[in-house]
Amino acid sequence: MNVATNTMVPAVTSLVASGSALRDKIAIRNLDFYYGESKALKGITLPLYANKATAFIGPSGCGKSTLLRVLNRMYDLYPGQRAEGQVLFDGINILEPGLDLNLLRARVGMVFQKPTPFPMTIYENIAFGIRLYEKLPKSEIDGRVERALQRGALWDEVKDKLGANGLSLSGGQQQRLCIARTVAVRPEVILFDEPCSALDPISTAKIEELIDELKTDYTIVIVTHNMQQAARVSDKTAFMYLGELIEFDDTSKIFTSPSDRRTQDYITGRFG
Amino acid sequence: MDAKLYATRRRRNALAALASYGATSVGLAWLALILGVLFWEGFSGLSLRVFTEMTPPPGAVGGLLNAIVGSLIMTGLALVIGAPIGVLAGTYMAEYGRHGRLTSLVRFINDILLSAPSIVVGLFIYEVMVRPMGHFSGIAGAVVLAVLVIPVMVRTTEDMLTLVPDTLREAAASIGLPRSLMIRRVAYRAARAGIITGLLLAFARISGETAPLLFTALNNQFFTTNLNAPMPSLPAVIFQFALSPYKDWQDLAWTGALIITLAVLAMSITARALTRTRKTS
Repeated sequence: MNVATNTMVPAVTSLVASGSALRDKIAIRNLDFYYGESKALKGITLPLYANKATAFIGPSGCGKSTLLRVLNRMYDLYPGQRAEGQVLFDGINILEPGLDLNLLRARVGMVFQKPTPFPMTIYENIAFGIRLYEKLPKSEIDGRVERALQRGALWDEVKDKLGANGLSLSGGQQQRLCIARTVAVRPEVILFDEPCSALDPISTAKIEELIDELKTDYTIVIVTHNMQQAARVSDKTAFMYLGELIEFDDTSKIFTSPSDRRTQDYITGRFG
Repeated sequence: MDAKLYATRRRRNALAALASYGATSVGLAWLALILGVLFWEGFSGLSLRVFTEMTPPPGAVGGLLNAIVGSLIMTGLALVIGAPIGVLAGTYMAEYGRHGRLTSLVRFINDILLSAPSIVVGLFIYEVMVRPMGHFSGIAGAVVLAVLVIPVMVRTTEDMLTLVPDTLREAAASIGLPRSLMIRRVAYRAARAGIITGLLLAFARISGETAPLLFTALNNQFFTTNLNAPMPSLPAVIFQFALSPYKDWQDLAWTGALIITLAVLAMSITARALTRTRKTS
């Protein structure tokens, strides 16, 4: 591991405890990604700070979703996809072979573009993930389910129908159910893959508000096509183009005075 | 606009529509005729006695109890043997080996098995079971029907699991669900209605099979639950009685045919209803 080559990233094991200090939750280093023969990510180096929301923006096909799916090794479900380089999660390289993927994914949760409730009751959707890793008495699981649904800003709407099928909820409610399901497993990082692109504006506003609240407890990474959304919910923004990381900075800086011409062109709508 | 050209088109359209309606009604007419004759001939013989008494010798009164029970035992056992094998193989193909070469090979062979004439399967089981055992038996009948169930279940299970969206698999993986649990608790649940439909269709398929049973279970005039002895079944009794010169046997054959048809009809309707609820939910 060569820490010295990385000038952009503060020391991983920073002991500074002050609230303003940025601590790397995940450090991506020289990451290349391949779909079979074609290279989709080229030498990405990027820190993801603890308790901050980082947005990945860029035109379609730039690799932002691919990058997100490396962080919980979702690509492992498919043959022919592979990553090279390092992704240090609390200092441990998660690209190492032999890593327990289920444990990794319990720590790095993910919310998808389309709501994906399991074909079971609202209660079971949440309790299922909890029971997977913890043996708890029923009363405690009930409490965890309630807190997760509150965290997902859904409790008030479903508390009287926990036995209803998760698929009977509206799209926006289903997406909040998925967020609650993710939170219930108590991850440290939550990945959002265009979580609002299938939702109406009111549901979108609710989800954005929720993401903002979740930042206090989790490290958030969000892929979005919607630049206003990136500006609203994220602290840091990474602009990607053609598989490369073009610029990474404070969100306010990226959207007001980006240093790269291509970033400027993209956020002003000249392409993409 | 060329009025003449348009008139020609309209005429041709009318002709094509007429031909289609005609073909449809001819097809439906046969079905209606078959069902009509079946009900006409079978219904008169339908009474409680059919379900409580054994197949009679010629000239005596009796029912079909032994045949009905034999059919239930053999089809039930066939589903118990064949369905798990089919579901597990289909699961392998859709979940574990979806991109594998073995899966394409298995799918190809399964498609052949799916359309293999049942008499060939019957002959095969006769050769590997009946001959070594030295006699016909209910268990051989159940096994031959199971061999017919397997390809149906493999096919429907694979198809139904393939319809489960990958996003649901990813969602399950995203909370750290191991694959086996994902399949059991998420994928099966999402595909449940489809797999049950496959089971009902498999039941419908085997409940009328006659040729393979004649090679394996043969028939029996008496009531038996002994799987090691020849076992009666509705199709075999229909075959034997319908070809006989005795009027009362022929009547019983009609009644048996009606019972099978009603059972298959009930299965098909249930299957359709299940598929419909799956689509609307």
